[in-house]
Amino acid sequence: MTTFLAIIVLVLVAIAIWQMSKIFELSQAHTDNSEVANDKDNKLNGYLMFGFLAAFYIFMIYGVFKWGPLVLGTPASEHGDDYDFLMTMSMVLIFFVQFLTQGLLFFFAYKYKGQKGKKALFYADNDKLEMIWTIIPVITLAGLILYGLFTWTTIMDVNSEDEDPMVIELYAQQFNWKARYAGQDNTLGEANVRLIDIASSNILGINEADPNADDDVIATELHLPVGKKVLFKMRSQDVIHSAYMPHFRAQMNCVPGMITQFSFTPTVTTEEMRADGGIVEKVERINDIRAEKRANGEDADPYEFDYLLLCNKICGQSHYNMQMKIIVESEEDFNAWMKEQKTFAASMGKDDSSNGEMAQSEVFISDDEASIIGVN
Amino acid sequence: MSEHAHHKETFVTKYIFSQDHKMISKQFLITGLLMGIIGIAMSLLFRMQLAWPGESFKIFEVLLGKWAPDGVMDANIYLALVTIHGTIMVFFVLTQGLSGTFSNLLIPLQIGARDMASGFMNMLSYWMFFLSAIIMVGSLFIEAGPAAAGWTIYPPLSALPQAQPGSGLGMTLWLVSMAIFIASSLMGSLNYIVTVLNLRTKGMSMTRLPLTMWALFITAVIGVVSFPVLLSAALLLIMDRSFGTSFFLSDIFIGGEALHYQGGSPVLYEHLFWFLGHPEVYIVLLPALGITSEVIATNSRKPIFGYRAMIASILAIAFLSTIVWGHHMFVSGMNPFLGSVFTFTTLLIAIPSAVKGFNYITTLWKGNLQMNPAMLFSIGMVSTFITGGLTGIILGDSTLDINVHDTYFVVAHFHLVMGISSLYGMFAGIYHWYPKMFGRMMSKNLGYVHFWLTLIAAYGVFFPMHFIGLAGLPRRYYSNSAFPLFDELQDTNVVITIFALLAGFAQLFFLWNFFRSMFYGKKATQNPWKSNTLEWTTPVEHLHGNWPGEIPHVHRWPYDYSKTNEDGEYVIPGQDFVPQTIPLQDGEEEMNH
Repeated sequence: MTTFLAIIVLVLVAIAIWQMSKIFELSQAHTDNSEVANDKDNKLNGYLMFGFLAAFYIFMIYGVFKWGPLVLGTPASEHGDDYDFLMTMSMVLIFFVQFLTQGLLFFFAYKYKGQKGKKALFYADNDKLEMIWTIIPVITLAGLILYGLFTWTTIMDVNSEDEDPMVIELYAQQFNWKARYAGQDNTLGEANVRLIDIASSNILGINEADPNADDDVIATELHLPVGKKVLFKMRSQDVIHSAYMPHFRAQMNCVPGMITQFSFTPTVTTEEMRADGGIVEKVERINDIRAEKRANGEDADPYEFDYLLLCNKICGQSHYNMQMKIIVESEEDFNAWMKEQKTFAASMGKDDSSNGEMAQSEVFISDDEASIIGVN
Repeated sequence: MSEHAHHKETFVTKYIFSQDHKMISKQFLITGLLMGIIGIAMSLLFRMQLAWPGESFKIFEVLLGKWAPDGVMDANIYLALVTIHGTIMVFFVLTQGLSGTFSNLLIPLQIGARDMASGFMNMLSYWMFFLSAIIMVGSLFIEAGPAAAGWTIYPPLSALPQAQPGSGLGMTLWLVSMAIFIASSLMGSLNYIVTVLNLRTKGMSMTRLPLTMWALFITAVIGVVSFPVLLSAALLLIMDRSFGTSFFLSDIFIGGEALHYQGGSPVLYEHLFWFLGHPEVYIVLLPALGITSEVIATNSRKPIFGYRAMIASILAIAFLSTIVWGHHMFVSGMNPFLGSVFTFTTLLIAIPSAVKGFNYITTLWKGNLQMNPAMLFSIGMVSTFITGGLTGIILGDSTLDINVHDTYFVVAHFHLVMGISSLYGMFAGIYHWYPKMFGRMMSKNLGYVHFWLTLIAAYGVFFPMHFIGLAGLPRRYYSNSAFPLFDELQDTNVVITIFALLAGFAQLFFLWNFFRSMFYGKKATQNPWKSNTLEWTTPVEHLHGNWPGEIPHVHRWPYDYSKTNEDGEYVIPGQDFVPQTIPLQDGEEEMNH
C-alpha cells in the first residue's frame, strides 16, 4: 500500500513539474506579464468554465448511479416510509435547483468571459426579480417546513394514548449497549448509576427494592416483535452516546443524567429484510468484497444482513466499534426468546415470584437517595 | 521628506509589535496560513487512515511517533487529529485567519481611515491570537496527546480524564487556548465595529460602503454577541473539570466508580456551545461572501446586482444565525417542540441565502468577466456555497436530520458550505488584495493551476461523501472495518482520500506562489484590477496613515462599473470604472440614494 501511495505522489509531482515548466514557458512567451488576466486568459478560463460545467453534470449524474445504490434501502419502521418520502422529495428539489443554478453560474462565466473593448451592462437593481427569488423559496420552504413539521410531530409523539408501546431501555456505556425490557408489567424498575454494584452484577444500577424491576430483563441483543410499537428510554452511564438505528430511521442521544426517548414500530422482520431485493444485492456485493479479503488472508467471515444499533456520538477510543445487533421477529419468536431470558430478580438471586414488599425491606433508602432515584 | 515628526521605527515596532493595521493584517494572514498548513496536513493523515485502515505508513511513524507504533495509526490519535483539525480550521484559519486579515487590511482602507480606532488593542488582539495558536499547537506535543473529544468538546467526554487520554492536560490546554482566542477575537471585533461606525471619511455613508465592509462589520457584531457565550461555556467546563462543580455533569459511573457530580446537564453545554457554534458558521462565511461580492463586481465590470438586497440579506442572515443553534441538537434529547421552532427558523435562512446566490449569478449576466484568479475563486465560492447550502434544507429539517445527523452527510454539507466556500473566499481575497498587502503581484498562471486543481479535488472529496453519509456511516469512526455493512463504502473512501491528497497537493502551488511573489513577484501598479474602492487610491508603498495627504472624500457608491451617461458613453471617457472619489458628473444620478 505504501508503494501504491508513493506511486501516486510521484505521478502527481511529475504532473506538477510538467505543468510548472509549461507555465513558465508560457509566461516567457508573453510580452505582457502584468499578472492581470488578458483576453487569452479570459478565453481559456471561460472555456474551462464550460468544460467544468459539463464535467460537473456528468460527475453528479454518474455519482447518483455509482454511489446511489450504497444508500440505505427499504425502511424497516412505520414512520420510515414517510421519512423516505420527505427525503426523496427534498432530494429531487435539491437536484433540480442544483442543476439549474450551477448551470446558470458556470454558463454565464463562460458566455460573458471578458474581451477587451466589450461593454458590460450597467444593471444594478430590479425589485421585481428580487421579489421573484424571494417569493419562490418562501413558498417552497413553507411547503417543506409544514410537511416536515407534521412528520416530526408524528414521529416524536411517543405518548400517543391509543397504543400501548412496549417499553425498552437502551443503556449505553463505553463501549457497549444493553437493552432492558420492562417485562410483564411494562414498567421499568427505577435505576441510577449510583446503585451500580459490579460485585453483585447489578451493572445497570437498578434499584433492587423497586418491585417494577423484578421482571425486567437485560439483554445484549435487541429483539423486537414486528408490528408492535416500541418506546425506547435511553440512558448513558458515562459520556454522551447516540443510539443510531439507520434502517429504522431512528436516532436519539443517550445523555448521562437524563432519560431521552424515541419510539417507532418495526414493520419488517430480519428474515423478510434479508429477502429484500436491495439488501440481497447489497449483501452479494459485500460478500464479493469479503471473499477477496479472505483470499488476501484477511479475517473476513461471510456477511449476513442484520439490523444494527450503532453509536453515533463521539465517545472515545472504541467509538467506532460500539454496536448491538437488532433482531426483528414475529411475536411468537419474540415471546419464545423472552422466555429463555433471566429476569432481573432471578439474576440477583431473588425469587422471581417474590413481590416488591419483601425486597423493599432488604435495602434501606434514605430520602436523599430516593430523590436521586426519582430522576428516573 | 517626512513633514510629520515620525518616531523612529525599529525592526521590533515595525514588524513585530506593530500597531499599523496593514502589518497586523499580514501577521494574521501568515499565522493563519501556517495554522492552515497544520490543519490540512492533519486531515490528509486521517483521510489516509480512513481509506486504508490499519495500514502501516512510514509518514505516520515520522509525524505521529509513539501514536503510530509501526506506522499504524492509534485510535486515540485519530480522534485527536479530527478534533484539532476542526478547531484549527474553524477558529484559527477561517475566523481569525480570514476576518482578522481582511478586517484589518480593508476596514481602514475602504472606509477612508488612517488606522483602526485603537491600534494598541489591535496589536493586542493579534498577539493574543498568536499566543492561543502557540498553546494549541503546543498541546500536540504533550504526553497524553491533545484534546480528542471532537471540536465541539461535549462533556462528559471532554470533562473526564478517565473517558479518554485527550481529556487530561490536552483538554485543559485546548480550553485555555480557546479562552485566549476568544479574548483576541472580541478585542478585534470591538475595534472593527467602532472603526466602521466612527471613522468613515467624509461622504462615506453606510449605504456607500462596499459590501466587504458590511460583511466584515456584521461579522464583528455577530462575534461580539456570540463569542462571550462560548467563553462562559469554556469557563464552566474548566470549573467542572478542575474544581468539582456540576454545571454539565450528573450521574456518571466511569472507571469502576460513581462520581459525585449531580444535577448538571450536558445538554446545557450543547446549548451554550452552539449559541456560538452556529453564528460561528456565519462569522466564517460572511467575510467570504463580502470578499466575493467585491471581487465579482470588480471583475465582472458590473455593479453588484441588488446592493440593498445584499445588505438586507446580510442583516437577515446575521439575525437568523443567532436563533437557529438548536438545529445541531434535534436528537440531543431536547423537547421536540423546540425542534419544530428551530426547524422553522433554520429553513428561513435559505431565503436570504437564495437571494444572495441569485444576485451573484445575475451580476455575472452580461458582464465582461475578467478571469483573474480571485474571480475564479469567487465563482467557485458561489458554486460550493450553493451545493453545500442546498443540503442544508435536509439537515435543517428536524425529521430528515434524525437519520443523517452526525453521519458523513453532515461532514460533506458543512465542509462545502462553510469550509470550502470560506476558503475560496479567503483565496479570492488573497489573490485580489495581495498587491495591496505586499506591493507585488502573485503569478496568475500558478493561480489558475491552483484554482482548477482545487475546484476539481474539493468536489471529488465532498460530493461522494454525501452518499456514504446516506448509507448510514457515522462520522468520527477511526475505522469502518468493525461493520461488514460498511465494507462496500471502502472504495468510495479511497476515491475521497485520493482527491483529498490531490487537494492538499494543489495548495503547494498556492504556497509557492504566495511566498515567492513576496520577493520576486512583479511590482504592482496602484490599481491593478481597475477597482472603484478607496484602498486603491493609496500608494503602493505602505505608509503609516495610509494616504500621504488628506484622506480622500467619497462622492458615490463603490459599484459604478461600466456606467454610461445618456449618450451611451462611459462616465469617464475611455475608462469603464468610476472610483468613489470622483464627484457626480452633471446630470448623473447616484445609485441607491
